[in-house]
Amino acid sequence: MAVYKLRTPISEADIRKLKVNDVLYVTGTMVTARDQAHRRALEFFKEGKPLPLSLEGLAVFHCGPVMSKQGDKWIAVAAGPTTSTRMDIFEDEFIKNFKVRVVIGKGGMGKRTTDAMAKYGAVYGAFTGGAAILAAKAIKNVRSVEWYDLGMPEAMWVFEAEEFGPLAVAIDSHGNNLFTDVQKTVEENKQRIYQKLGLSP
Amino acid sequence: MDTAKIEEVAFNILKQAVIYLPDDVKQALKKAYAEETETGRIQLKTILDNIELAEKSKAPVCQDTGTIIFYVKAGDKAKNLGKVEEALINATKKATAEVPLRPNAVNPFTGKNSGDNTGRNIPYINWEITSGSDLEMTVMMKGGGSENVCMGGMLVPGEGIKGLKKFIVDAVVKAGAQPCPPTILGIAIGGGADISMKLAKKTLLKPLTEHNPDPEIAALEKEIYEVANMTGIGPMGLGGKTTVLGVHIDFAFRHPASFPAAVAFNCWASRRASALIKADDTVEYLTHKLKG
Repeated sequence: MAVYKLRTPISEADIRKLKVNDVLYVTGTMVTARDQAHRRALEFFKEGKPLPLSLEGLAVFHCGPVMSKQGDKWIAVAAGPTTSTRMDIFEDEFIKNFKVRVVIGKGGMGKRTTDAMAKYGAVYGAFTGGAAILAAKAIKNVRSVEWYDLGMPEAMWVFEAEEFGPLAVAIDSHGNNLFTDVQKTVEENKQRIYQKLGLSP
Repeated sequence: MDTAKIEEVAFNILKQAVIYLPDDVKQALKKAYAEETETGRIQLKTILDNIELAEKSKAPVCQDTGTIIFYVKAGDKAKNLGKVEEALINATKKATAEVPLRPNAVNPFTGKNSGDNTGRNIPYINWEITSGSDLEMTVMMKGGGSENVCMGGMLVPGEGIKGLKKFIVDAVVKAGAQPCPPTILGIAIGGGADISMKLAKKTLLKPLTEHNPDPEIAALEKEIYEVANMTGIGPMGLGGKTTVLGVHIDFAFRHPASFPAAVAFNCWASRRASALIKADDTVEYLTHKLKG
């Protein structure tokens, strides 16, 4: 288990060094994107329209934050991760088209995303679900908000973060997926539990 | 009682619930931290640090400030009961703007977010009539991640409690990392499809230190607690010993042909707070000492 501190834009070579169970802290630009922002970004790509900013080498954060406007400045009040599996249907295309290097969320992602991460060079960093204040503390500046018409949680927020983490590298760029490994163990344990409870599988 | 008072107290419990986790939950998380594996410890440490920081900065412990559900116990002689709903809606709007809370009420047809956590049937209010003149209000702010894995089912009566155990174990395994483990499980059987789920969700309001008064049901709570923690899902589903912090079970009598069962999950950020307003407008905060 190694600890890495990376600054955006992150190169493919740097991201390929990371292995599952490593701990990662990200400094630099990250954008939030949930279901709606993923969908719109991919629509933009399809139509040949540019995104509000280039995401190459950046981190995309599955997060619907609580934001507060103080004067003309936005402040991140609470900004923990949301469940990433909902974005599984978009993420492979998102990684391929926009070259993000780090996907941050909770709960893990599936095979499509794992394969895309191996192919194009990206990792999934699990941030502790609900740890919203720690996350907000690492967000030093809110650069902009894009697509605010989608609503506060679904908009694309552009954050400048400092040592955002700890992120548990749960999917690396070599096809390893910690959540899938845990699921295998859990399935085995389930059989032991059935036996203990006198249940037939 | 005065409607302005009801609104003020509802605002206060919303604020308390969303910032300060109940002591029983904090204690259970600390105990889990002491016993966890390395991966699990990192997660629990982050959770405990975050709880402390939320209290210090008076900010919501999680950015998903939940769907707002009230449980109201209204004395039959309490005044202004017809205005309680309006007061709770106003308090919700005020808390959304001032705490602040994340606007989480979306019209399922249009996809439009109301922006203030209110809308048709939201906040949802569960009413109970008691005798006397007090008004007791409890709020649950229910996270979406843990709501998404709640499971209701109609089991086979002939399989009895064994069938129930399998249903619960399967629900926990299927939920995996999604509900932000370590979670709290609320389980209920009987009544009907809706009744079992309502009871299951309501048991999530009980402190972790409280067990079912019926020793047989309490034993089942303990058994489920033990096997859920044998799954190895662990904190945030990254593997470990702590998958659930506690289990509460309730029931209603069932139709002979039916065996409704429900498993409600709550994330570790179990947000609940209660207060009692007496006829003379004095207020007793039941779960939190009044914190500003």
